[in-house]
Amino acid sequence: MPLLHIQSLVVEYHTVRANVKAVDRVSLSMEKGRTLGLVGESGCGKSTLGLSTVRLVPSPGRIVGGRITLDGIDVVNCSDEEIRQVRGKRVGYIFQDPMTSLNPVKKIGDHFVEIIHTHEPEVSEEEALKRGKDMIERLGILPERIDDFPHQFSGGMRQRVMIGLALILGPDLLIADEPTTSLDVIVEAQIIELLKQLKISLGLTLILITHNIGIVAETADRVAVMYAGRIAELGETYSLFEKPLHPYTQALLNSVPNITKKGQVLSWIPGAPPDLAEPPLGCLYHPRCPYAFDRCRKEEPLLLRHDDSEVACHLYDKR
Amino acid sequence: MKYFPVEKSFLDKLLTSQKSFVHAVDDVSFSMGRGDILGLVGESGSGKSTTGRLCLKLIEPTSGSIVFEGVDIAKLQGEELRRFRRNMQMVFQDPTASLSPRIRVGDAIKHALSFQGVGRPTEQSERTQAMLERVGLEPWSNFYDRFPHELSGGQRQRVVIARALVLNPKFVVADEPIAMVDVSVRAQILELMLELKKEFDLTYLFITHDLAMANYVCQSIAIMYLGKIVETGPKEEVFGKPLHPYTLALLSSIPVPDPKAELKRIMPKGEIPSPINPPSGCRFHPRCPYAQAICAEREPQLEELRPNHQAACFFPRM
Repeated sequence: MPLLHIQSLVVEYHTVRANVKAVDRVSLSMEKGRTLGLVGESGCGKSTLGLSTVRLVPSPGRIVGGRITLDGIDVVNCSDEEIRQVRGKRVGYIFQDPMTSLNPVKKIGDHFVEIIHTHEPEVSEEEALKRGKDMIERLGILPERIDDFPHQFSGGMRQRVMIGLALILGPDLLIADEPTTSLDVIVEAQIIELLKQLKISLGLTLILITHNIGIVAETADRVAVMYAGRIAELGETYSLFEKPLHPYTQALLNSVPNITKKGQVLSWIPGAPPDLAEPPLGCLYHPRCPYAFDRCRKEEPLLLRHDDSEVACHLYDKR
Repeated sequence: MKYFPVEKSFLDKLLTSQKSFVHAVDDVSFSMGRGDILGLVGESGSGKSTTGRLCLKLIEPTSGSIVFEGVDIAKLQGEELRRFRRNMQMVFQDPTASLSPRIRVGDAIKHALSFQGVGRPTEQSERTQAMLERVGLEPWSNFYDRFPHELSGGQRQRVVIARALVLNPKFVVADEPIAMVDVSVRAQILELMLELKKEFDLTYLFITHDLAMANYVCQSIAIMYLGKIVETGPKEEVFGKPLHPYTLALLSSIPVPDPKAELKRIMPKGEIPSPINPPSGCRFHPRCPYAQAICAEREPQLEELRPNHQAACFFPRM
């Protein structure tokens, strides 16, 4: 049984202009111990999808359809108490910006104590602090620095603390939303190495949400490419990079410079992503797609199996 | 050279008379020929943006000279400096922050001309219209009267580029020009900048933390660490045969968009230290895997170790 199963998930943001479907009929399944890379440009719905798995979509967003099953728990319909047990204990979440995710007036240790007490009120403060110390030591921070405040830590160390807080209750699934975006290259590499190593030593299942194609290539077993709230393509990392099927995936991969390649010519995608308040008819990518034909303008493509991947494009739908 | 004074608390000021400084840019020398594209690469806090701003004298250097076509602009003041700036322009990182939200984009570009007193108002408008079209905002009438918030990130960055180039400068400092632009349109902005370079015979100082991007755009590279240039040379040399351990570390840290790429990471310890009290000797020595006793004692100078390829290291990776 998969650890996480998402089926036809629809998340809407209710605005004055329109009800915007930030995530539209997304289905995904994750086996234990694997790493999924969720890629796409800003506004494609990847963060909203991540937040949905712990029912933390911020207002005015709402899950309006579909199912999310996590380890047998119905995330969409379970009680508030049950979802509280999911957050932290079953799913650890690393938020994007380590600079603003920590409380500046609380010591690092207090952050750990707060999380542990919320879920395990019987644990003593000393015991909670000790667990915090063990955790940060494992992440490469001196244990005595548990008494420091966040501002005394560098960006990379703060992100390590964020990882520690996400893992302190021993979740099975770790969701990292742009975990290295505000960090420098060397620190970014350090954090990615750390995540890879933790994944193995703790047997984690990992969802990595990022716009950085390089990080996905390096860490993920599978990749889901999102565009305008939908999954455009889903496949094993090797085959997706080797032979991208969806025109959007192809264009996205061609727009990223690779320092190991000589004489590379970058390309780009004309235009901009659609306004989801007034989405175009048919395939949402068709206004930017060089291969678009009549059917693309009328009929929305479904995510269908093709070879080893799944792709939502009429080019591969021979029906 | 640029040192920023660090403000101390009142009590500290009473107790000591010594001032401390952020050594943002320390003894940096480089030169560029007409038509060059030099990439200034480094992590945040390395002093690359400060160096870029110093080149245009947007900030006053603590010491040293900045010579542009034989004139030391570090000594220029007031009206003279203002007129000189026509030749040198800047493209800033965040197009949202560098455009006023209440000024129509056409007016923003036109202001550059009226501020420098170039042409009569009708001519200024015509030049603005032509420039809008030249950066791909066609037809100009669809964009001239728009406000920045009505444009996409990529379009806004085009406006910023148009504003920098409408004065027909010779030298442009581009500080992370694509960092805030969506991945799928980055290459398009870069391509536009390269086209405009050819057309207007421009010289670019391209500031970036993205090594792959620098490799794509630049001819030569200067790597900065804690206010110093540690390695410089043609891009094929610096990225192909890096000499400085820091360059090597940077290169091995880049995530490669190819799952089959073999990763051999040379990871320096920790993070970039504070530039208020930079380490003695070579500033990289506390993090360097190859450091020896001498690295803490003496400061290595930039030396030409291969033709046109300089590095500041006692134990370069030859």
